[in-house]
Amino acid sequence: MLAAFTQILLFQLAGEVIARGLGLPVPGPVLGLLLLFAFLLWRGGPGPELQQAAQNLLQHLSLLFIPAGTGILLHIATLEREWLPISVAMVVSTVLAMAVTALLIQLLSPRQQHGHQETAAGERP
Amino acid sequence: MTPQLQTLWVYLAASPLLGLTLTLLAYQGACWIYRRSGNHPVANPVLLSVSLVIILLQLSGTSYQTYFDGAQFVHFLLGPATVALAIPLHAQFRKVRALLLPLLVALLAGSLTAILSAMAVARLLGASLPTVLSLAPKSVTTPIAMGISETIGGIPSLTAGVVIVTGIIGAVGYRYLFQLLRVRDPAAQGFAIGLAAHGIGTARAIQVDQQSGAFAALAMSLNGLLTALLVPLLIPLLGSWLA
Repeated sequence: MLAAFTQILLFQLAGEVIARGLGLPVPGPVLGLLLLFAFLLWRGGPGPELQQAAQNLLQHLSLLFIPAGTGILLHIATLEREWLPISVAMVVSTVLAMAVTALLIQLLSPRQQHGHQETAAGERP
Repeated sequence: MTPQLQTLWVYLAASPLLGLTLTLLAYQGACWIYRRSGNHPVANPVLLSVSLVIILLQLSGTSYQTYFDGAQFVHFLLGPATVALAIPLHAQFRKVRALLLPLLVALLAGSLTAILSAMAVARLLGASLPTVLSLAPKSVTTPIAMGISETIGGIPSLTAGVVIVTGIIGAVGYRYLFQLLRVRDPAAQGFAIGLAAHGIGTARAIQVDQQSGAFAALAMSLNGLLTALLVPLLIPLLGSWLA
């Protein structure tokens, strides 16, 4: 558990160092995610310990957003001043972006032709 | 308050213990309500716990800074948890590769929709220019969004607030939206919520389904990178319309 958590921290650190060192507009943890992903592709997958550590961390991902989320407290005044355009823009744009993304995947995805998915998978040797 | 209680409160208010305990209690309370409601989307744990913490801070007259001194220990884990999203993502790699082209097309279209529709709606409803610019990166994870906002002349702290609310809107609304649109594929659902509602959406997707969560993590990372590239290029093109 400790070794796996250290490994995760090392990837975050590497991401942080590369992002800041090269002045990239990407946060260290996001780069760390991509680095760990590349590492897993190379190694062929995570060991059971890393698997378990990741599951423990991700099980309560929602919890980790509470401190940052509470920070909305600091912007209540601005949000109040222009609440109508801000709230309508957020709702409309979030719903539109989700709809466009999901519908395009469904439209372009070969798996959406009903029934073919299972047959195709079953035919493989 | 008696002098002893007063002393106790002064001590507790200055120690990180209170902020940390409050965060964990609020979260567990929120999860309890969420389960009792039969996992109703409106009873979203992030929405409930944040509201609860804000109410308690306001009632006790505690500043956000004081609260955050304790809560930062939870906040810190957000970094390692983001890195750990590589593991479910790797588990879904075969499906990602099979869907590569649809995912990339949807990524570009979804990213542009998120940026342009937010700016257009805010502008048409009379928002000020700094507010319109602050809304442009609203669908991507907070640190990227704040950086973009600063680059293009928005208000980074306003962007941070807008990003959080966007995440909650996505997490609350997505089940209704996909029912309405008849989108059932967990990969399509996850990718869409991760793209439009970053980490908070991803947290919601993981609760529902592992595969959904993996695709949400993928979309969140890719859209973070793409938005950071697109927004600074788009703003000059929109110049006359924005002015």
